[in-house]
Amino acid sequence: MSKPLTVWDLPREEYLAPGHRMCQGCGAAIAFRHILKATGKDVIITMPTSCGEITSTVYPHTAWRVPWIHVAFENAAAVASGIAAGIEALKRKGFIPKDKDIKVVAIGGDGGTFDIGFQALSGTLERGDNVLYICYDNEAYMNTGIQRSGATPLGAWTTTTPVGKVWRGEWRPKKRKDLIAVAIAHNVPYAATANPAFPVDLYMKVKKALSIKGPKVIHVLSPCVPGWRIEPEKSVEVGKLAVLTGMWINYEYENGTYRVTTPVPKRKPVREYLRLQGRFRHLTDEEIKKIQELVDAEVARINKLVGKEVIGPVEG
Amino acid sequence: MGKVLPLGGNYAVAYAVKACDVDVITAYPISPQTTIVERLSEFVANGELNAEFLHVESEHTALSVAIGAAAVGARTYSATCSQGLALMNELLYIMSYIRLPMVLTIVNRALSAPINIWNDHSDFMSVNDSGWIMMMSASNQEAYDEILLGYRIAEDPRVLLPVITSMDGYIQSHVVEPVEIVSDEEAISFAPKRRSWVTLDPDKPVTMGPVGDPSYYFEFRRQLWEAMKESRKVFDEATEEFAKRFGRKYSAIETYMLEDAEVAIVGMGSFMGTIKAFVDRARRDGVKVGALRVKLYRPFPSEDIARALSNVKLVGVMDRALMPGSAAGGHLHHEVAFALRQAGLETKTIGFIAGLGGRLLTMDNVKQMVNVLINYKDKTVKELPKEPIFIGVRE
Amino acid sequence: MSLPGWKQLPIGAVILTPGSSVEYKTGEWRTLRPEIDQEKCIRCRTCWMYCPEGAIQEVEEPYKTKTGREFKLTYKVDYDYCKGCGICANECPVKAITMVEEVI
Repeated sequence: MSKPLTVWDLPREEYLAPGHRMCQGCGAAIAFRHILKATGKDVIITMPTSCGEITSTVYPHTAWRVPWIHVAFENAAAVASGIAAGIEALKRKGFIPKDKDIKVVAIGGDGGTFDIGFQALSGTLERGDNVLYICYDNEAYMNTGIQRSGATPLGAWTTTTPVGKVWRGEWRPKKRKDLIAVAIAHNVPYAATANPAFPVDLYMKVKKALSIKGPKVIHVLSPCVPGWRIEPEKSVEVGKLAVLTGMWINYEYENGTYRVTTPVPKRKPVREYLRLQGRFRHLTDEEIKKIQELVDAEVARINKLVGKEVIGPVEG
Repeated sequence: MGKVLPLGGNYAVAYAVKACDVDVITAYPISPQTTIVERLSEFVANGELNAEFLHVESEHTALSVAIGAAAVGARTYSATCSQGLALMNELLYIMSYIRLPMVLTIVNRALSAPINIWNDHSDFMSVNDSGWIMMMSASNQEAYDEILLGYRIAEDPRVLLPVITSMDGYIQSHVVEPVEIVSDEEAISFAPKRRSWVTLDPDKPVTMGPVGDPSYYFEFRRQLWEAMKESRKVFDEATEEFAKRFGRKYSAIETYMLEDAEVAIVGMGSFMGTIKAFVDRARRDGVKVGALRVKLYRPFPSEDIARALSNVKLVGVMDRALMPGSAAGGHLHHEVAFALRQAGLETKTIGFIAGLGGRLLTMDNVKQMVNVLINYKDKTVKELPKEPIFIGVRE
Repeated sequence: MSLPGWKQLPIGAVILTPGSSVEYKTGEWRTLRPEIDQEKCIRCRTCWMYCPEGAIQEVEEPYKTKTGREFKLTYKVDYDYCKGCGICANECPVKAITMVEEVI
């Protein structure tokens, strides 16, 4: 393995221009910046409908300094496949120089990936199209105002899983849909999770994914100030805590091997992650215990896949 | 003079697509379209066509792939019908708004429910305000030729709109007719790859498909109207040039014995052949009937139609699709009636709804329609039926 | 200001100028402004890395602290775009950034 990257390996070039209208303290905006630093200029980005899409391209303004296209909500993977196919054909026919390496990257939200865009994503992955699909996951439909998605975690308040006399936020009792497992089930060569609180790790994964031919998936946790009911200055802190508590594990899968890229020898209790966020404010000790159990099970599963205890027990 | 092959409409179209050297093909199987992409697969499999072929998991993805491919400058093709077209629906509007060219063939089939794989025009008509140029052929030769015309018109820098070509399911798609095919060189020379539109290119980054808020959205819709209008000129130029090169002359409308006609039937698609045959027969009996086939549906040739029908007393417009609850009953009737009115003509209209879901249309049906027209031709507008007349449905 | 008509606008709503959002100054959203104490700043790049706006500029401008420490780089806030989220101040490992109330 080459030597680990540091913050000084991040290029200074910015391909996401300021003046975008993403929220104060937006986690996705941090992720987008570093994704683009990793892709460099020779990339074509497609985004499905999402908060990041609408806030970055309000005509006549675009924050994108690379070619970019939005088509609809449920089809970013399909559009990416079309772009890749077009490039391939045009290269073969001499319209695009053969040696020009143009990467194709789709960036969708959790709604556009877990839910409405799932079928198109499956098609792209099973065909083996040469695209990188990145899901930035803020765990609900934030664009339309915080509605529950297939990625909303247990206990989370959203406007469609409100806390009332009967409901207590999202009630799916199990771990949510596992996007990485879904990708791996399609036999992709590379899949990874990342988190904008760890930009160097995210950068490294995008770089690595783009060096591999075929379909790749990166699942990025994306702290959301209005949706998670956090203070704008806390989105990176919350992202870090997600990893330190094991709520989120930064890992990668490459040709059958799993590797945790942010080991956590001693975990913090999930309570520390939950208490910073208004969407979990209503949770009782009993409910938090249930979430802790889900996290413990996922940590055990990942440790088993890696073959050693890279994520340790909860301290104290 | 090119080679003449015995071809079903679907195979004819596949030959034309190959001749146009498309770069990306993407489609999902649906009857009766499937044999188009089967034949195209064979062309690619045998190295006869150098294209990327994407086996997608839905028509929605097929058109999404097409948009992506067209956005980088590829010549793109897909084919579908019925539910497949319905599933593509939102993307049709998006592609024309982003102003990306492509050719999509609809092998006309009824829309569900009940599920029905047979021919009518309800799928075609369901997308008639999607901003696509729309043509409907009446023979396999014409279905073939529409592909060549389609790419030439779609990629013309004055147009840059996607094009729908179409033919009747089974009646054309699976029935063999002699079709003259042109060489690949001739096809490309007629419909050259101009790559005349703005593309996604890292050396010249653009943003496509941004948010258009109330201060901009309207302007882009207005542009679409203009592009559609402009495309009519380009259609006329293209058909003129086509006639010069290949000897077959197409027009936005095809008229038959209208010069002295008192009544006429207006319709679209392959059944117009039967109607023309009936006209011949009725003329021998001294009935002054004529026919008009609309080939170019978008942009709608209103003036051509009004001119052709200006001396006709009563026109029966045959729709093979139904607009339930509408003023006109069928889409074509709606358009034709308005075209006549805008031209200030006295010509009256009656709407016929016929042949839905593959219900067999016969000479008797035509006779029935013509009899209705003869009965009403000297009546006043107020005396005309207020609802469409359903032809061939059991009471 | 009058907006261009449909004839003036490039077709299909394609935006031909990459990064044209720079015309949209999001600095107006700010209620708190980050101020970097150049004396305390250790040039670790953390604020630059985490800024959602890319509004922390890393410039090749040498700086010598009063205690004699020399740096090749200086970090500056681009107040045209800084929305005042405060991530930079929250994440700064040496607390060199203070959020100060904007006074209008």
